[in-house]
Amino acid sequence: MLDWIADLASWELLALEPPGWGGVLLGGLAVSLQVAVGGYILGFLFGVGGATGKLYGGPILRDLLDVYTTLVRAVPELVLILLLYYAGTDALNQLMLLIGAERVDISGLAAGIFVIGVVQGAYQTEVLRGAFKAVPHGQIEAARAYGMSSLQVLRRITLPGMLPHAVPGLANLWLIATKDTALLAVVGVAELTLVTRQAGGTTKSYFLFFCAAGLLYLMVTLISNVGIRRVERYARRGMPAVR
Amino acid sequence: MGPEIRSWREPHRLVLLAIGIGIIVFAAINMRWDWLPRYSGRLVEGVGTTLWLLFLTSALGFLLAVPLGLVQAAGPFWLSGPARMFCTVIRGTPLLLQLWLLYYGLGSLFAYWPEIRQSWAWPYLRSAWPYGVLALTLSFAGYEGEVMRGAFAGVPKGELEAARAYGMSPLTAFRRIWLPRAIHRALPTLAGETVLQLKATPLVATITVVDVYAIISRVRQDTYLTYEPLLLLALIYMILTGILVLAFRWLEAKVPVKGG
Repeated sequence: MLDWIADLASWELLALEPPGWGGVLLGGLAVSLQVAVGGYILGFLFGVGGATGKLYGGPILRDLLDVYTTLVRAVPELVLILLLYYAGTDALNQLMLLIGAERVDISGLAAGIFVIGVVQGAYQTEVLRGAFKAVPHGQIEAARAYGMSSLQVLRRITLPGMLPHAVPGLANLWLIATKDTALLAVVGVAELTLVTRQAGGTTKSYFLFFCAAGLLYLMVTLISNVGIRRVERYARRGMPAVR
Repeated sequence: MGPEIRSWREPHRLVLLAIGIGIIVFAAINMRWDWLPRYSGRLVEGVGTTLWLLFLTSALGFLLAVPLGLVQAAGPFWLSGPARMFCTVIRGTPLLLQLWLLYYGLGSLFAYWPEIRQSWAWPYLRSAWPYGVLALTLSFAGYEGEVMRGAFAGVPKGELEAARAYGMSPLTAFRRIWLPRAIHRALPTLAGETVLQLKATPLVATITVVDVYAIISRVRQDTYLTYEPLLLLALIYMILTGILVLAFRWLEAKVPVKGG
């Protein structure tokens, strides 16, 4: 009856060497972080492109970008991941067939980064667009009046000006990206959540492993929070404190 | 999104609209939809399960979020500390992990206890949906608790002092002033959180709860089709999201911004 307490405390299961599963969990964490970092950076590129297009693009581009951000934000990430995972690999293989190359086997890692990037891109587009619009127009006009080139305006005025407005949203999206990687477990990417379930299934110590994985995710979040606070302090330097 | 009103009748919009309709017609004709009539009944049931999960867990989660927010905004440290820790843990770990922890972890622990296995609750504890409801409820409470904390803290002190000056007891002041004002402040975020909650519901399909996502997975297994069921599923969620957004917009418009 008290077996399960013994079960909970069987720490040797978490040992790093093969009879233990600690190494496997850390490997899963590494995959999760790789997907999160890769997807976030890809999403940032999509976001910069999307925000620029929405602000300066022609009417057709703006409408298409509106469709992109609305679609991605209205459909569950899980469904998007399935759709993009199959559609993305399918499209690439069709392309390879078209140019006469061999079918390629896309690694789960690459597909995962692509999927997270597309999802993140839609949200980052909105964050960056909002931050960009928060820079007072008079400042940009003043910079132009001083004779700065558009690149100088961007570097000296627009980017530092939009940073304090963009950082909270972007930081939040980074935390979402780290947690969204767990959804890739459903398509079989060996990230932390999936390897945890495999470890639990093999040893029947589900509780122990899921708690351990939860702690790992929590540590990622908490460490990120420390970094975020630093970046935020840097971005807001010289501005009055909030509240 | 923006306040600028753009007309549907601009020429490029008409062209885009025509292209969009063309894609839909193309998909309807050239893709396989013959499975649709066979599964339509089960799909409706699945949508029902999804909506039922959404409303039940949002309502329960919100009821939990009010005390969580309140003790964080104004409670003693031995209440606000655990509440803050709860919110941090829920918001810092993936929902899928929480769901699997409850279903596989807690579910396997219960099996050790003969008392539980012989009790009336065992048939429920053996099925999947209580774990899904619990995980979604706790998740909503964690995120919304944080929102309610800010909403409670943001109600102007003067209003509460005025309520006290009118001779309201703390409970009456809470019921008449503090809670309604906090909910009003939280309403826009509440709308967003509810949409996020809708988008979180398909996760319960991974623990064998039969919602609309699970039905679509079933269709995919039966028919070996990849895209058609998933596209239909995306469309269903888009419609549900749209209805939710409109409903909250209507609700927000119902609340008077200025009293009198």
